[in-house]
Amino acid sequence: MSRADLVTLGGKMDGVQVIYAEQPVEPGSAAERRAERQVGASFVGAGLAALAFMVVYVAWPWEVDTAGGGVGLATLYTPLLGLLMALALTLIGVGVVLWAKKLMPYEVAVQERHEGASPEIERQTTAATLVDVGNATGIARRTLVKRSLGFGGLMLGLMAVFPLGGLIKKPGTALSETPWEEGMPLLGLNGLPIRPADMRPGSLQTVFPAVEGGSRSADGVAMLIRLLPNQVADYRAREGQEDFHWNDFVAYSKICTHAGCPVSLYEQETARILCPCHQSQFVATDGAKSIFGPATRSLPQLAIEVDGDGYFVAKGDFTEPIGPAYWERST
Amino acid sequence: MSSRTAARPATAVGRTASQLDERLTIAAPLRRTLNKVFPDHWSFLLGEIALYSFIILLLTGTYLTFFFDASMQEIVYDGSYAPLRGIEMSRAYATSLDISFDVRGGLLMRQIHHWSALLFVASIVVHLMRTFFTGAFRKPREANWVIGVLLLLLAILEGVFGYSLPDDLLSGTGLRIINAIFLSIPVVGTWVSFAVFGGEFPGTVIIGRFYILHVLLIPGILLALIAAHLLLVVKNKHTQYPGPGRTEDNVVGKRMFPVFAAKSTGFFMVVFGLTAALGGLVQINPIWLYGPYDPSQVSAGSQPDWYVGFLDGSTRLFPPWDIYLFGYNIPPLFWPTIVLPGLLFTVLAFYPFIEAKLTKDRAHHNLLQRPRDVPVRTAIGAMALAFYTVLWISGGNDLIADKFNISLNAMTWIGRIGLIVAPPIAYWVAYRICLGLQMHDREVLEHGVETGIIRRLPHGEFIEVHQPLGPVDAHGHGSLQYGGAPVPKRMNHIGGMGRAVKGFFVPLEESQARPVTSENEKAGELTGSGRPKDPEA
Repeated sequence: MSRADLVTLGGKMDGVQVIYAEQPVEPGSAAERRAERQVGASFVGAGLAALAFMVVYVAWPWEVDTAGGGVGLATLYTPLLGLLMALALTLIGVGVVLWAKKLMPYEVAVQERHEGASPEIERQTTAATLVDVGNATGIARRTLVKRSLGFGGLMLGLMAVFPLGGLIKKPGTALSETPWEEGMPLLGLNGLPIRPADMRPGSLQTVFPAVEGGSRSADGVAMLIRLLPNQVADYRAREGQEDFHWNDFVAYSKICTHAGCPVSLYEQETARILCPCHQSQFVATDGAKSIFGPATRSLPQLAIEVDGDGYFVAKGDFTEPIGPAYWERST
Repeated sequence: MSSRTAARPATAVGRTASQLDERLTIAAPLRRTLNKVFPDHWSFLLGEIALYSFIILLLTGTYLTFFFDASMQEIVYDGSYAPLRGIEMSRAYATSLDISFDVRGGLLMRQIHHWSALLFVASIVVHLMRTFFTGAFRKPREANWVIGVLLLLLAILEGVFGYSLPDDLLSGTGLRIINAIFLSIPVVGTWVSFAVFGGEFPGTVIIGRFYILHVLLIPGILLALIAAHLLLVVKNKHTQYPGPGRTEDNVVGKRMFPVFAAKSTGFFMVVFGLTAALGGLVQINPIWLYGPYDPSQVSAGSQPDWYVGFLDGSTRLFPPWDIYLFGYNIPPLFWPTIVLPGLLFTVLAFYPFIEAKLTKDRAHHNLLQRPRDVPVRTAIGAMALAFYTVLWISGGNDLIADKFNISLNAMTWIGRIGLIVAPPIAYWVAYRICLGLQMHDREVLEHGVETGIIRRLPHGEFIEVHQPLGPVDAHGHGSLQYGGAPVPKRMNHIGGMGRAVKGFFVPLEESQARPVTSENEKAGELTGSGRPKDPEA
């Protein structure tokens, strides 16, 4: 048999028949030579681009000198590498696709599908064998073995999960406590205590508890706001928190009661505090009540006063858990 | 067994092949693989893009692990990026900066990795839409649909874990929100949160834990599921669009080797090239501009990667509804971040079974459907997309409000109302478009293709000449039945106007304009549809 016959026979054995085949270009024609040149040019181009990549990788000045401030050649390092790598990869890809489309035969092949249920004889014999296997173990009949295996298997499965218990930490009171305590100074971003005269009306500053690592505290961070003179008359404290502010100064937790982002944007004219994550809005003159967006609860207020040296200090910890809500957090 | 001893081949390659076959009996399966027929259609390449971006992710990701240290230990930065020198940060952030500035070519790898992650999820989503709208998920392919939905879910999780790792201000804000989401789970929320973060947020272990999930556990599961996904495609053979000679019992296309394999290889290289171009030329996630994570700071306009945007949107739109049960609290955060995606993915995964149940369709399907032929499913898909799009846009509603000078609160309300109003409108519009397209198909089959030629009849009436697609009956109506395949609707689709001339800038060949009316055409009497009256009728 000739090779063509063998290929046809092999196809027949696999249920495949090529019903149409055509050379996209005439063998030996100018079109074929052109196609060959195109494929060749793509591959050579890819090789050259890859070579250029290696040269640039080794020889181009790459160390960023951000201190110098000048736009050096190094800024072009990553774009050049990316461009050359892209060129090399794309040209290889284009070459292979051109090769397939222009030089390999175009064909339409049809393959039969043999799907769906197996022939009846296979189904019957397999089912019988399966049942036979089951019977040989006697699992259906031997109730003691079945039940004890069920028990043992279940316990083993649970045992496999149990070491995950090492992950468990008791939440305890951690979520309802922050480092703030009575008499603790409010420190600014520069780590220094704050005097009332340091802040202009309408301004806000982020304050931290004066403890070790307080400036990175994820739950103690708060905002100290000095209200505008015209806002002072509107100021309404939450019930039982009437003495938490000091003159025209109020302090609220900076952690959003919705998802825990720092509420960072303060609009001084309206005394609104906006969380940039999900746009909850709180009113500083109204006990930081939530008035828009997904947050439901007011930002907890930190009771403040000015100590004998004229610096702001806390009158105690927050009276409720700060930050996002959770199951055990009642009201 | 003498029958197993074959003749000794002449060439070295042949001898090696023979040696292999003597040991593995591989000839028949190898030939079957070479001969396997794949149908050809551009929309079948979408899943391939997902596969290729996964390979790119494995390659670039492995490279990144050589330099990244997933530690939250605080150190003082002393690298090349001067603005951050002397600042305290975690080792994770410092090593991410090192990859960007102190590893030769590291920034390119980091950016290719990030871009291909975006492409990975995007191609999965588009591939899923193709599978949905063409009904490729129907029996016998339901299991592969479920695997696909799992792959999408895992790809999104993998992406979230990945972009949480650099420990910059943006990723840290994301971690804080993830922590709040855990906290919002009823009953066990605080325990889950403390278990995952090893205590109160932020703790010192979360980056390391997410790292091992990101580089080992989830990629491992993804790899296994992708293998199963592909094996099932091979086992069930690929679906195909209806067309000449295509039936439920065959596959019409090209054999796997050489053409199909060559084109796929080329396509992989092109996809890789695209991500390399993006990684080199288009900056993504410039972590050095964000600074190290600091719980007291956040930048305005913080955005997650695109595939999390819809959950950000649902979180922004959800009304402030607090639920108190016997003194316990279910925070509003729980519904849009856990319940909603849980429901969406569950419905998505079970869709093939729901549809089969409602339509009572238990048949085996290998031929795909055109979306217009299944108006209800297409409309459901449009409805789901509208819902998703409103959520996704709302995920960036602060940016839209800022750029277009719209009130932020108005944007939130537009989203809330749009979420309820847009899906039914999308359903109705999609449904009507499907019916319209169906009617047009029938119209063309019955009356023929519009030729654009207007004729005036002897009594003065103007008619447009129609070209029938097949034999016509006594009334001039076509007798072709709709077969689920595209119906030619313009004369050049059926060769009537000459085919399009090849060539992009200059024509590669002489255009052969074919006269539409031939010289010797007899000016016979025309019917109402503009066709010469059959003299025998």
